[in-house]
Amino acid sequence: MTDKHPPNTAEHQANWFSRNPNETSLIVILALLVIGAGLGSLTRMRDDSLVSLFLTPENVRLMTQQLGMLGVIAIGAGIVIITGGIDLTIGALIALLGVIFFKLLTSWGSWLIDHHIPWHWSLAVLAVLITGGLFGLWHAYGITKLRMQAFIVTLCGLLSYRGIARFISSDSQVGNIDGLHETMDLTLLTVLSEGSIQRVLNHFTGNDITSGPLSFVPMSFIYLCIIAGIVGVFLHRSVYGRYLFAAGRNELAAKYSGINTHAVIGSAYVICGFCTAVSAILYAGFAGAVMPSGHGNFYELYAIAAAVLGGCNLRGGEGSVLGIVLGATILTVLQNMVQLFRNDTSLSDTIIGLILFVAVALMMKQKSFSLSKTFAKLRRTP
Amino acid sequence: MNEFCLEMTGIEKRFPGVLALDQVSLQLSKGEVIALIGENGAGKSTLMKILGGVHQPDAGTLKINNKIAQLHSAADANRLGIGFVHQELNVLDNLDIAGNIFLGREPVKKGPLRLIDRKKLHANTRPYLKQLGLDLNPHTRMSDLSIGQQQLVEVAKALSMQARIMIMDEPTSSLSLRETRILMDVIRDLRNRGISVIYISHRLGEVKECADRVVALRDGKNAGGLEKAKITHDAMVSLMIGRDLTHDQHQTSATYVPDYFQVNDLRTKLYPEQPLSFTVAGGEVLGVAGLVGAGRSEMAQALFGVDTALSGSMTLAGKPIALNNTPAAIAAGIYLAPEDRRQTGLVVDMSVQENITLANMPAYCTRHMVNRDAERTAATKQIVAMNIKTPSPDTRVMNLSGGNQQKIVLGKWFSMTPKVMIFDEPTRGIDIGAKQEIYRHIRTLATRGVAVIMISSDMEEVLGNSDRIAVMHEGRITGTLGRSEMNEEAIMQLAVGQTTENELANGIPVS
Repeated sequence: MTDKHPPNTAEHQANWFSRNPNETSLIVILALLVIGAGLGSLTRMRDDSLVSLFLTPENVRLMTQQLGMLGVIAIGAGIVIITGGIDLTIGALIALLGVIFFKLLTSWGSWLIDHHIPWHWSLAVLAVLITGGLFGLWHAYGITKLRMQAFIVTLCGLLSYRGIARFISSDSQVGNIDGLHETMDLTLLTVLSEGSIQRVLNHFTGNDITSGPLSFVPMSFIYLCIIAGIVGVFLHRSVYGRYLFAAGRNELAAKYSGINTHAVIGSAYVICGFCTAVSAILYAGFAGAVMPSGHGNFYELYAIAAAVLGGCNLRGGEGSVLGIVLGATILTVLQNMVQLFRNDTSLSDTIIGLILFVAVALMMKQKSFSLSKTFAKLRRTP
Repeated sequence: MNEFCLEMTGIEKRFPGVLALDQVSLQLSKGEVIALIGENGAGKSTLMKILGGVHQPDAGTLKINNKIAQLHSAADANRLGIGFVHQELNVLDNLDIAGNIFLGREPVKKGPLRLIDRKKLHANTRPYLKQLGLDLNPHTRMSDLSIGQQQLVEVAKALSMQARIMIMDEPTSSLSLRETRILMDVIRDLRNRGISVIYISHRLGEVKECADRVVALRDGKNAGGLEKAKITHDAMVSLMIGRDLTHDQHQTSATYVPDYFQVNDLRTKLYPEQPLSFTVAGGEVLGVAGLVGAGRSEMAQALFGVDTALSGSMTLAGKPIALNNTPAAIAAGIYLAPEDRRQTGLVVDMSVQENITLANMPAYCTRHMVNRDAERTAATKQIVAMNIKTPSPDTRVMNLSGGNQQKIVLGKWFSMTPKVMIFDEPTRGIDIGAKQEIYRHIRTLATRGVAVIMISSDMEEVLGNSDRIAVMHEGRITGTLGRSEMNEEAIMQLAVGQTTENELANGIPVS
């Protein structure tokens, strides 16, 4: 955990790195990956200058954009995993919510309110967020009240939600943000979903700045930071977080301590549904359109992979938000590297799978060999 | 008797940072029952694991039937006729009884497929079950058996391996009185057939009953022994702890409040047709005795709201408390220290501190955020008050001994304000030193005016700590015994369902 402990035991005197061996290892792995990719992608340009394709501002911006979207669902998946459950619906929900979002912007919205005045996009955003939470509530109902296994409940969701998405969209591509601009003003929506901070500022101030550090920070990354911050505080500092960890590791003992375990575990699925909805809007905005049969495929598995890589134990009761975000970062960097180094993407998932396998295997070994301990030793010997 | 079937001399075993066994010797004759006693951590289990082939000694010799034996694995030990009944059950509850007993040794049909000869498997199982007085079909799934029955199946498994030396590591810690009786008979029967038994138990009453000789270990060393005639409770205790125990005398509490906690017509899911009514006075310890399966734990769980109560009511100091609502029970001061502390009493992966504060989190919070300093103060206070031996409040509970774990469960509730404290098997698997401490805490609670309900299958424990004993049989309270009427026989009679006459006349037991 990333908490600040009060002093006075040996454990507390140690520094942050040795208290958080998991996060430390992730940071080291990430640093090695970035250095490797940075050096490996050095290319001589036409003007004879040496440029690292991996570290170009455009590529970094693309990665942060993707990290923002993946990180948000990874946090959702991570919270569920901490309760000892799993949520397989994320990818299918991203497709379904994406379809619903575009439908609300176009046909449904105007049908609901008025045939001539289109719905304001902010109402569509709100509706999608609420719908995501409601789907989570439905999973929570099946898992806590009907006592079904999380895997089964969300597997059924995974199968049915994509089907619904294909059905209501007649299995064809939905939404075309550029096309929609004709009927309503979506500039702010586009800017908020896929733009940078600078563009958002420009929108409000009327300036037209296209360079500077702020233009490389995409909004999705900001949303990730906000969500990670809120969830982090709640998970690691609040009573709710403590209950979540307790119920995740030993539901019975938590119940015997008077904790409403159904509410605690159920809330994790609602949060996951909400995070999925946030991400669904970002992905929809980023892609500009949703093809329901393929949109968001396997995203639940990427989210789960990021959470597990980040130290969430599938047995429940373990994990940290910082770890999850680091896990998502590593996954994003990996995906990007594979795309940079290979034009053929058919093997990209295989490569990511293998590297993940090695990374998690190394982290399991860490119990006997800890990077942070090694650092501590190095520091002690002058 | 110079013919020893087992002779261990000068056994040493070192684990990282600790000398677990230091020059330990042990002799065992054919057909002899010895009891190996000692506090937790005295080295009993390590010594037995060496005998069972799980650990290899660093020094010393081990002779079986006067031949030096090297035991490199549990299979070696089995081959030399050593059977091991472990304290923690190693059963596969997805298989049936026969499958468990003959696991790895299944009789097979002829042919390359090595199909299991199911008929023979089950036929082979029956005699062993019969020998142990288990009236069960070999086809019964293990998950359908009580813990006690599963334990006896483990004994049957050791018997089926033709064991000549049987090690029993706390076999009765989860057995009911009746099952314990059966096991005592089984041990007597084994002795008559020339099988030697090494019996490990914290229940000194059983040791007195079945052992020919007592061997005590303390801090990994031999601490002496006792011959049959000299086995007494006090002699064993002083061997184990190296000093004499001081006995606490009961004193009637000054804060005695009659009818403080009343339960009326409580019906549990296990025995829906048996409404339970009883009262506990403030300042009183009500012992609840009975056989396993009598519905004692279910009663406790229903009162605490973690199991469904079908109907009934309870009042505390005249005020009604909602049933089926754990938070309401906790808010009213009704607490349960459950039977299975690792599964229900504690989150063993969490720290001592987090476990102590778990049930009362809002008290350590400012605006829903946990105040770790307040938590630490409360945890430290309980660690001192309960004498919990832990390196730090941040130590994970699973790294502590059973006695310390149980003290954490108690500390968790004692850090709040108990009004009714229910203990379910408070000292199961706990060594004698910690037991005495827990008894002292139970008594202190009572003197502070708390109504204490103590469910226990340990005769000595119930007799030694209760002001009044309620005995249950198949979901009914068959009788309550006051201080003057308490004795083992009376409890046993009620536990098997014979109701005392005055109870029959009154219908509802009264204090």
